This record gives sequence, C-alpha cells and structure tokens, in this order.
Amino acid sequence: MKHLLLLILAGLLLAPAAADDDMAAWTCPEGYAGQTLSIFNWSTYIAEDTVPNFEAACGVTVNYDIYESNEAMLARIRQGNPGYDLVVPSGGTVQRMAEEMLLIPIDLEMIPNVANVVEDFLAPAFDPENRYSLPYQWGTLGVGYRTAAFPDGISSWDDIWTYEGNVAWIDDRDSMFGIALTILGYDPNTTDSDEINEARDYLIERGSNVVTVAADDGQVLLERGEVDVAVEYSGDISQILWDCECEDYAYVLPGGVGNVWFDNMAIPVDAPNPELAMVFMDYILDAKVGADLTNYIWYASPNQASIDSGYIDEEILADPTVFPPADQMANLFVIIDKGAEAEQLINDAWDELLIFLGA
Amino acid sequence: MSRWFRRSQKDGSLLALPTVAWLLVFFVLPLVIVLVVSLMSRGRGGVAQMPLTLQHYERTFGIFSIILWRSIGLAGLTTVVCLLVGYPLAFFISTRRRPIVQQIALFLVILPFWTNFLIRTYAWRILLGDEGTINGVLRALGVISEPLQLLNTQFAVLVGLVYGFLPFMVLPIFASVERFNFRYVDAAQDLGANETRTFLRVVLPLTMPGVLAGCALVFIPSVGAFVTPDLLGGTKGLMIGNLINNQFGGSGNMPLGSALSIVMMGVVMLSLLVYVFGNRRQTGA
Repeated sequence: MKHLLLLILAGLLLAPAAADDDMAAWTCPEGYAGQTLSIFNWSTYIAEDTVPNFEAACGVTVNYDIYESNEAMLARIRQGNPGYDLVVPSGGTVQRMAEEMLLIPIDLEMIPNVANVVEDFLAPAFDPENRYSLPYQWGTLGVGYRTAAFPDGISSWDDIWTYEGNVAWIDDRDSMFGIALTILGYDPNTTDSDEINEARDYLIERGSNVVTVAADDGQVLLERGEVDVAVEYSGDISQILWDCECEDYAYVLPGGVGNVWFDNMAIPVDAPNPELAMVFMDYILDAKVGADLTNYIWYASPNQASIDSGYIDEEILADPTVFPPADQMANLFVIIDKGAEAEQLINDAWDELLIFLGA
Repeated sequence: MSRWFRRSQKDGSLLALPTVAWLLVFFVLPLVIVLVVSLMSRGRGGVAQMPLTLQHYERTFGIFSIILWRSIGLAGLTTVVCLLVGYPLAFFISTRRRPIVQQIALFLVILPFWTNFLIRTYAWRILLGDEGTINGVLRALGVISEPLQLLNTQFAVLVGLVYGFLPFMVLPIFASVERFNFRYVDAAQDLGANETRTFLRVVLPLTMPGVLAGCALVFIPSVGAFVTPDLLGGTKGLMIGNLINNQFGGSGNMPLGSALSIVMMGVVMLSLLVYVFGNRRQTGA
C-alpha cells in the first residue's frame, strides 16, 4: 500500500514532464481513420509499441509481416506484390528494386519529418534524390559470440574459421561473400565470376564447423547454446545482451572486416495504400518515435532529431556496437547493387556453397 | 455428343467429371507449366524466358544430385524405420480384444495431428539442442560430459521425419491386419510351418497391401520434406525441398526450381510404380 502511494506521488511529480511529451507527440494527419496499412519488415526490427501507437494515432489497422533477408523480400515483390504498402530494403536492394521498377516514388511533401534525418543520410548514392526511399535504421554485420568460448576474444575471421565448436553463418549472401572477397583482397562488390567462385571455395573450405546458415536468428541460437559464434547484425546481438544484462555475449567486427548497411523504407509497386505508407514514414522519422525504435531494437538511428533531443538512451549513443567509431566505419564495406548478372552469379555460388557445406 | 452423354449417364462416368475437371485445371495444367518453365532460360529476377535449354537439368543432375541422393536416402531410411516401428504397432493395435483399447490406441496414433506440425518440429529443436532436454538428462545421469551433437545433423532430420510420418505407416497396415484372418496362421502351423515361415509365407504377403501403401505414404512426403530439414538439419541435413524453396525465394531461379521439382516428381512417380506393381503381384498371387 505504501508502495502504491509512493507510485502515485511519483506519478504526480512526473505528470508535467509527461504533458510536455504529449505536446511534442507526433500527430496523424486527418482522413485515414479506418484504413489499413500492410508492412513487410525484417524480423526483430521494430519496437513493441511502434505499431500500436501508430494505429491509435491514426485510427488505422496495421498488418505486420516479417522477412529474413533482402533476397526473400525481393522474391516476393518480384512475383507480384501480395499487398504490402511498405518494405524495408537495404541500400543496394533499393537500387535494384528502383531499376526493376518495383518501387513507387514517394512524395516528400507528405513527409515533413524528412527534416529530422541526419544530413549525410539524405540523398544516398543508391537513391540520390530520395525518390524512392527514406532511412529506417542502420547497423553493421559482424559476429556475436559467447565470451566463455573465446577467453581471448575474436581478433580475426580466422578465429571463426578454425573454431572447434558450432558456428552459425547468416543467410545474407552478399555480406558473406563480401567478407570472403575482402579477405581475399578483392572488391566486396565484384562482378567477376572467377573472384566470386574463389570466394565461394574459400568459404566452403572454412565452413566445416558451420552447423546452420541462420535466417537472421543467430542471436536466438547463441542464447539457446546451439552455437558459440553467430554471424549476425549488430542490433540483434545487442538485443540479447540487453535482455540478459550480462556479459555472456559480445559483438565484434573481426579484424575490422565487416559490413555496414543502411535500411530504408520504400513503397513497393502496386501497394494498396501508398499515402498511408508515407504517413507511416513521417511517423517513423519523428524524433520520439525514432528514438523509441532505437532504444528498443538497438540499431543506429539515422534521425538527427532523435539523437539531439536526448530521447535515445545515452548508453546506446555511447555504445560502439551500435554507433561504431569513425575509424572503424571507414574500413567497413557497403553492399551496392551489382546488377542482374552478378546477382545471378552470387545466387548460383550461394546454392553451391549450401550444397557443399553439408557434404 | 448426346449419345456419349446418354452412355455416360448409364455407366456413371459423369460422376468423375467434377474431379477430372478439377485435376485438369489445377493439376495437369500447372504441371505442364512447370515442365515448360523448367526447359526455359533464367531471365532477370529469376523469371523464365526463351530460349529453351537443358542447362537446369544438367545442374540438377550435376552438383544438385548430391542433395537429391541425400533426400532419397533419408526418405528411404525414414520409410524403413517407420516400417520397423509401425508394423509391430499396427499388429498390437489390431489384435487387442477389447474394441475400446483398440480405439484408444488408434486415437493416440492420430493425437499428434492435433498440434501444428511446425510447432511439433520446433519442439524437437528444444529436445535435441546442445543444452536441450536429451543432452541435459544424459549429462545429469553422468552418461556424457560433453553434449552430443544431435541437432543440425542428418540424424535429427531422420528423427523428425519418422516422428512426423509414422502414423501414415501405422494406419494402412492396421487396416490390412484387421482384415487378416488369423485362422490362416493355425492352418499354416497345422501344415508344419514354423513361426518364421508362417510369417514370411502367410502373414506378410496378406498384409502386404497395407505395407506397400504405408511405405508410399511415408516415402513420398519424406523425399520432398522441407520444414523438417529446415528446422532440424542445419547445413548437414539440407534436402531437395529446401533447395527448391530457395530457387523460388532468395536464389531467384524459377527454371532451376522447376527442373528440380520435375526430377523430384520423377522420383515420386518411380516409387508409386513400385507400389502399383508390388500391389499387382500381391493381389495376382
């Protein structure tokens, strides 16, 4: 009872601050009540309340569906958009989709919160006029591992290739090949078939300890003890570290070799409700909403207002796993669109890799 | 036309018309499309385009054959294990005197179907994991000190497949055994046959239709299994169903996916031929 009283008292004290928050809260433009928005996003990539708050603010219903790789999403849209209004492709995939006319141009005037985006993230090389996309979150691809299995830490990819225990790779073919190509001294975005095949053989030779090529759930495999190392995206590993409040896991970009990626909101062709998708983009780019997103999923925010406003936990802003230091960033490779032909080369090499990993 | 119609009315072949129409539109036609696509080239984004080519079949029988053979092997092994487990079980159930016991036993065989297959397969992950139930119990008993690698192996896939398809073996054999007249056993033994001989010459041949049906019902879904190897097999237990799925998803190569599907259908067809001819020999004998 005493506790309850204290809580109420604390609530009263905090009330003015909460009121301030409400003042700044994102408001939905009118005229969308009763409509439906269908979102197709990566797994474990949204805060618990992001969608419910949007539904409440706009009086709309949101269908939320997930995918595990750019390729899986792309395949679905290529076969005919099954009814999604919003997808979240990485940079290179935005370019590929735009070229194949799989995206609808967005109307920036409907999205005033574009003003919040970090300047460097506007007009990226893969979409120079932000004609099709606006940034969602960004992060890196490296490895998460159980600290107990690596008392000395991981200093290079060789530590993973030669590890005597269970390893999980990730079903992100561009990144896996990019790592091998970088180590071999080639361009991670090469379109040369000999180089791609050399990278394939390099990976096959070093994959005997790989028990599974995980569908973006490497962090779960780590937690469950199925593997000791998992190639994964930064935030997914941060999420389990945050959950356990322990030091059982760590995330590293081995020897500085890894990938930095930028995911973007875009509207696929034949979207039933592109206007509402743009309203949702504006909502995500709100300072508070964007900060809540980062606070929950532990990926880096492309939102200057979220960063400046102090809404993002300081702990996260200071975390080098989430926001890698500039000198590290400079060494990471970015996947770009390699064109349809190289895409097929990589896909064939990936199939061969899967066949021989278990053989 | 009208004569044909009147004749069909008489012999009842019109009764099959809805089914025939359904199968033509939703089975034969799509099958023809898959066949044609499998002979076309891969275009941008994995769609089929001209010209015609055999390259996808070359690839299917090339490096993809490793996985094809693995799938056939795993499905065959699954069938054998299901038979070894299911045959005695079917006998046990059909020889219970009290019908209520029989009914309960049959009910228990079908009970797992109440839960979604995906969820049951996920449950196996928890059982087989390094820190899973089985390893936990073995470690607690002091049988092992290091966890056994159970999950992400072909063994795990085998376990999952046997678990999933066992009822398909038990039910047809049960139906066969139930019709079996046990006085034949007495007759065989009166005529001097020992137990092995009675089983091999009398019991087994007379229950063979059930055995063959059960084997076909287990082998066919096993060879194309996709969920089980996906969840339990990891890199070591990849099967042809996973590769076909990849071609229509991430790897974006519909013609290759179609060629793989056609070849897999060929395997299924062969196993059905074995079933049909096996059956004919049995009923002819």
